[in-house]
Amino acid sequence: MAAPESTAAAARARSVADAFLRRRDDARLVEAGFWLVALAVPIALPEHAAFGGQVLIMMLFALSLDFVLGYAGVLTLGHAAYFGVGAYVSGLLSAKLGWHEPLSGLVAAGAVSAAFGALSGWLLLRYRDLTLLMLTLAVSTTLFELANTWSSLTGGYDGLMGIQIAPIFGVFEWDIAGVTGYGYVLAVLLLCFVALRRFTVSPFGQALRGIRENTLRMRAIGAPILGHLTLAYTIAAAVAGIAGGLFAQTNNFITMDVLSFERSAAVLTVLILGGTGRLYGALFGALVYMLAADWLAKLSPVYWEFGVGLLLVVIVLLCPDGLLGLYDRVRAAFGGRAR
Amino acid sequence: MEHAVQAAVSILFDGIAYSMVLFVMAVGLSVTMGLMGVINLAHGAFAMAGGYLTVTFLGNLGLPFLPGLVLAVLAVGAASIPIEHTLYVRIYNRPHLDQVLLTIGVTLMAIAVATYAYGPSPLSIKLPAFLETQVGVFGRDFPAYRAFIIGVGVLAFLALWAGFERTMLGAKIRAAVDNRAMAEAAGVNTTRLFTLTFALGSALAALGGALAVDLVGLTPRFALQYLVLVLIVVSIGGFGTIMGAFAASLMIGVIDNAGRYLYPEGSAFFIYLVVILVLVVRPGGLFGRA
Amino acid sequence: MRKRSTSWIMPLALLAIGAGAPQAAADTVKVGVILPFSGMAADVAQSELRAMKLYYKLHKAELGGNDITLIERDSKEPSGATAQTLTRELVVQDKVDMLVGYQFSPDAIASAPFITQAKKLAILVNAQSSYIPKLSPYIVRLSASSWQITYPMGPYAVDKLGCKTAIVGYTDFAPGRDVAAAFKAGYEKAGGKLVDSIAMGGPAQVPDFTPYLQRIKDEKPNCVYIFTPAASFNAALARTWRDQKLAEAGIRFLGTGDVTQDSVLPQLGDNAIGWITGGHYTADLNTPENKKFVAAWYKEYGDKVKPDFFTVQGYDAMAAVFHVVKTLKGKIDADKAVAALKGWKVNSPRGPIMIDAETRDIIQNIYVQKVVKKGDSLGIEVIDTIPAVKDPCKELGVGNCGAGSPAKK
Repeated sequence: MAAPESTAAAARARSVADAFLRRRDDARLVEAGFWLVALAVPIALPEHAAFGGQVLIMMLFALSLDFVLGYAGVLTLGHAAYFGVGAYVSGLLSAKLGWHEPLSGLVAAGAVSAAFGALSGWLLLRYRDLTLLMLTLAVSTTLFELANTWSSLTGGYDGLMGIQIAPIFGVFEWDIAGVTGYGYVLAVLLLCFVALRRFTVSPFGQALRGIRENTLRMRAIGAPILGHLTLAYTIAAAVAGIAGGLFAQTNNFITMDVLSFERSAAVLTVLILGGTGRLYGALFGALVYMLAADWLAKLSPVYWEFGVGLLLVVIVLLCPDGLLGLYDRVRAAFGGRAR
Repeated sequence: MEHAVQAAVSILFDGIAYSMVLFVMAVGLSVTMGLMGVINLAHGAFAMAGGYLTVTFLGNLGLPFLPGLVLAVLAVGAASIPIEHTLYVRIYNRPHLDQVLLTIGVTLMAIAVATYAYGPSPLSIKLPAFLETQVGVFGRDFPAYRAFIIGVGVLAFLALWAGFERTMLGAKIRAAVDNRAMAEAAGVNTTRLFTLTFALGSALAALGGALAVDLVGLTPRFALQYLVLVLIVVSIGGFGTIMGAFAASLMIGVIDNAGRYLYPEGSAFFIYLVVILVLVVRPGGLFGRA
Repeated sequence: MRKRSTSWIMPLALLAIGAGAPQAAADTVKVGVILPFSGMAADVAQSELRAMKLYYKLHKAELGGNDITLIERDSKEPSGATAQTLTRELVVQDKVDMLVGYQFSPDAIASAPFITQAKKLAILVNAQSSYIPKLSPYIVRLSASSWQITYPMGPYAVDKLGCKTAIVGYTDFAPGRDVAAAFKAGYEKAGGKLVDSIAMGGPAQVPDFTPYLQRIKDEKPNCVYIFTPAASFNAALARTWRDQKLAEAGIRFLGTGDVTQDSVLPQLGDNAIGWITGGHYTADLNTPENKKFVAAWYKEYGDKVKPDFFTVQGYDAMAAVFHVVKTLKGKIDADKAVAALKGWKVNSPRGPIMIDAETRDIIQNIYVQKVVKKGDSLGIEVIDTIPAVKDPCKELGVGNCGAGSPAKK
């Protein structure tokens, strides 16, 4: 083989690769549309701002899962663990330690979840498939039971009350309609989205996709699988923790529900609804899921779970790439360029 | 001292009874997950169906206990065949995520149907007189129903084990679990095998559910509540092994029972810690092939 | 199948015939109903809603020119998150005049700050954690508090039932721990010796009660006082009580009214005969008010399901709504509404009840009930009455019921 290329040539090659990735995944004008609509909601529909805020939080939570599931290919039944850790961290900071500042509370939530994600990821990600699945479930159920046992700290089933959040930047008061909360969550969502986006277009993101598609080959080229997966898992845990922190701050109240299996299952449902491996899938999936659940609950309070179950079965059988996958296929059928 | 021994014997006996219910519910899932590699989170729904059908046969139709029980089990087993043909075949080769979500969807629908048909209140069955008495074993009295459950569980284990190890069908199943392609090449009709195994697994789940009714009561949420426990048994025991399911159920049932006697407040955790410990030491489960 | 409640607008023509009806358009008071119509407590929620509708049907003539519309929403899971969202939505979107419901304590706890912020009367149909009325000045409770039901049974057990030693068993979540603390306080104050306090599994799923009952049997107390939250638990408990032969071991069974709630009594079977519980209502209560109520209930909804304490809580909640609407003549202002309910007395099917002006909690009788065989089925015999019990938790200032807002603790 020829001698190793000069560093200049290698650098050129790398920049070409980077440019390709960026062009392929660059932001499009149509995306701006989504964010503009999101911004308009509290202005056009102020009575629904509180609900809108919860939808945005679910979007953030789903984004975090998409990063680890859609990009790194790790299927987890216990992602709520990190959401819950973040929620309890920011909740306890306010309720027990009297620290009411929201932004620092959020940073703390993300940091602790990240640490927990790093630890559990490093331990669990050595295993694959069904073993990994069961371990993720075991971790979140253990945390759930822990929260119950330490009910003097967490409030257990009665919940953690006394969460009071100071106005944002000392200026924006929290109103009952939830408009302040909405703006706050939207800003955080946008920031996290941009950050995750950067990760996915970077070489790291490529490596993750490689691990998801073909672990053997990645191992063959010497990619640090466990290291990459753990890093991805940590990032996802951090974002999930931030979503949990937002949940605690906007609701002023949390219970062990934040760590439940139902919550992990809901966010998985959101992803399959929207489509995995493309960040907007998480966003659309969350929107559709929350709207459908809300509408079904109002329509028939007793039997809405039949609707959700049926939705799941239909989605899995008919459009497993989710709604955005369906959209792609429709566009391709009409001669548009496939992604 | 004698007192402590007596208490220990009671805990052991009851733990084993509880384990047997878990075993019967979980063994079907262990075999289907090992054989077909499909994550079936709707397994709890089949158990629940067994429970509800038993309630109907014994209560509304007034059948005697054993015939009603057997009928309910056979009915669920039979009903699972068309479900397997229409729904499950489509997800055998799909990614795990799809399987998880489809089967969760099925479970949710089953819960809603049960709520609609039977209402959300808990239901119970009337046990026959001979099971409401006490039975003398080694000079001590034990509740007859729990002794019955232990009997059924052990019988099921022996029958399954003999079936798997000693019959031609069992050999085919074992071969298909080890290597489906090779088994097909050797002339085994794996499609039919899958259906048969699925039906058997579902029937066993129904048996477990029916037995559990008098133990812990039956509500539509049964399907989800016992799912986690069953998944734990299956993953600790190893997929695709009867011995594994049996050993894991014994372990979980006895530890859980003892934990609740000795440390009522903290007992819930023990199970999950055991899961983490076992899986970290032996990722394939106690008797699985890693 | 639940459907959205339609508005019951009475024709004005009828009113014109009545004396002194106001000429202006009738005020329709919008009441938001937040109850868990799906999930584990669905049948309880349905029972409470039916009771509310029954009260409306029987008393709507008293409303004069006004009317009441119920806007029902499903609060789903017991964590309180949905209840809280619904509270905000009902206030902001549907513009309700008052709120009724809150089945689980977290539902009320989570919603309290918004109830205060929105300035709306909130009537609790269940939510029995003792300190809840302290969380907002607009909360009025029409159900019961866990301390109110449990604490008086302590001295009763010592003085009237000969329980020198006792064990308390409870489902391990906040209401259960509440009950354990209440029983311990009342029982030990009366001179009883509490031998053990046993957490019997969590509320998410019915446990196998055997190890807990085995432990009780081994410790040989005179009596045991048990709280389990729902029908499925009670039935399993009764079965295990029979299997473990605790009655033969000479241990007397005591419990909260939940354990022998009328709607579930048939399922307990003969194993429960002789059980004694303390509660604020039983369908077998022998008063004229109650007999009328039970007859009306059977007439409207059939006699397959007996009304139980949840039912009567819903019924009385609607009575409270009616009182507010009648007193304020349809113009609902939260402060005036709360003032109207403070000190309000009525002869409910459960006996005389009153809303404590200081705490906005309910004052009611606690009945000592014994499970007996009535013909072919089981029934309740009231063997004693502890009259006009105020919530002891707030009276004694224990824990979260103590001075200051519990939110700050």
